Amino acid sequence: MTQVILFNVTNGLIIGAFYVLMALGLSLILNLSNVINFAHGNFLALGGYLAFTLSPVLGYWGALLISPLLTALIGVVVERLMIRRIYNRDPVYSLLLTFGLAFVLQDAARFIWGPNGLPMGLPAALAQPITSTLFFITVTVIGLFAFLRYSRIGLRIRAGTFDLETVATLGVNVRHLRTLNFAVGCLLAGLSGVLAAGQIGLNPNMGDELLMPSFIAIIVGGVGSLIGTLLGGLLIGMAAALTTAFYPAASEAVIYAIMMAVLLLRPRGLIGEEGMMS
Amino acid sequence: MTTAVVAASESRSVSRKALLLVAVWAALLTVPLWLPLLGGYTALAGRVLVFGLAAMGLNMLLGFTGVLSFGHAAYFGLGAYGAGLTLRYLVHSTPAAILAGTLLGGLAGSLFGLLIVRRRGVYFAMCTIAFGQLWYYLAYSWNSVTGGFDGLRDFHREAIGFPPMVLDITSGGNSFYYFLLAIFAAAVGLMGFLLRSPFGRTLLAIRENERRARFLGIPIERHIWLSFSISCFFTALAGTLYALLNNFADPLTLHYSLSGYFVVMTVIGGMRTFWGPLLGAAVFVMLQDYISSMTVNWMSFVGVIFILVVLFFPRGLLGMIRRRVAA
Repeated sequence: MTQVILFNVTNGLIIGAFYVLMALGLSLILNLSNVINFAHGNFLALGGYLAFTLSPVLGYWGALLISPLLTALIGVVVERLMIRRIYNRDPVYSLLLTFGLAFVLQDAARFIWGPNGLPMGLPAALAQPITSTLFFITVTVIGLFAFLRYSRIGLRIRAGTFDLETVATLGVNVRHLRTLNFAVGCLLAGLSGVLAAGQIGLNPNMGDELLMPSFIAIIVGGVGSLIGTLLGGLLIGMAAALTTAFYPAASEAVIYAIMMAVLLLRPRGLIGEEGMMS
Repeated sequence: MTTAVVAASESRSVSRKALLLVAVWAALLTVPLWLPLLGGYTALAGRVLVFGLAAMGLNMLLGFTGVLSFGHAAYFGLGAYGAGLTLRYLVHSTPAAILAGTLLGGLAGSLFGLLIVRRRGVYFAMCTIAFGQLWYYLAYSWNSVTGGFDGLRDFHREAIGFPPMVLDITSGGNSFYYFLLAIFAAAVGLMGFLLRSPFGRTLLAIRENERRARFLGIPIERHIWLSFSISCFFTALAGTLYALLNNFADPLTLHYSLSGYFVVMTVIGGMRTFWGPLLGAAVFVMLQDYISSMTVNWMSFVGVIFILVVLFFPRGLLGMIRRRVAA
């Protein structure tokens, strides 16, 4: 029994870690630009597929480094061409736009790499993919928080989350800041894609299953708080995995139950700011 | 402007509205006459009516209250499943199925609405998306009752009325289309009445300036909740009709993609117009029917349509016409 629980705790950690990486990117974009990026799961798939194509040339380690950066670069192009045009408009337009984008990106992945699943080879050093994936995700999350806390740009992103207008008045180029912030979000998605490809292989909808739990992680953790998103992601990942151990049919339902409970009992989320969600 | 000019322009806008009304109903009533000439079939018109009603229900919230739900497929799908489950397991009665499905979807929406009325903007939308997916997973995994991924089958719409007054709507012909149209007309009439009432005007006030409305003493949360709930009831009604139309309910009627389709239909037709969503539904259904018969990559076409509408066409068809007339 102890072994079963231990196995599911490990499983919960790894699922939760992916939720966290995905949700942190979504949360960054949501907080600064007020845009829900429906296409985030497709950026994840893109990262994975790019790594699949690049790893024969660059090796796994090179692909692990380069393909998230390429994903971020594509994110920059998309933001410049489309998303930036709808920042000051009704939220309905940003949702429709990223929704349409998700369709196009998914079809593109299917067109380029085929509709069937592909395996992703791992180097011998990563024979224990669970441990290494957890390690990479932990390092990335620590790096992200350090970047937001100690770098000038990170500071501006956090300040912009609270009051973008004042940040603009102080002489920060808000347009560039938003582009960069979007790129950081896509970078995280691309990295999760490479890591997820090593775990579960590649398919064109691989990001879709992560999208809803990531929304829920943000709602549960509290909109506006990245630490909240981190906790929310781990919490629902763990809850889903432990439910799988005892009652597999309810493993999807339990994360929605947690969301409802949070909305009912603590609407601003675990550590969200008061009034941030209104 | 003098009063005479104002009166003249008002009477012109009233007569324009009457003209639009006559045109809409004349077109809908004569569908079986002209649709085959354009290469369509009557079931397609039924789909337009059903999606149009769902999108008009959504638009009560989106266009007339200014609140964005991206999860209305949940209530549509609950209506469909409610109707299907009633016909399959409880009674073989079409009116009972419609009633049960509408209540199921509407009440689920009303209860969930209580939890989220204080959220605004994208956060409201995010909560509605996430909650909507709950029902998708439920229908998907509760195999024994809902049929799981394959959908709910083995039910069919029943003739309505008692002998000797029986209307046979079981075949796919015109009588079922007119049955749909009658329910559509009743629902849309009720919707128009609600939107013209003081309640509907209050919703407009909230849309235009929520803070001012609050200062005027309007209970904002209660109105948004009412608008959300009523809109869920209309969409659920449309969902029951969809189940009757296809004699089938599948999990995709609960999926958030369909919510996105409802929103894009509303935007294509014109968010702030009453008839816009119906027009948008017509355009969307025709395009989808056409494109999916041409290519397997219809998803990217739909995606491109979404993007083009947002970037170049945000006011929608009726919104643009209205603007041109005003200018």
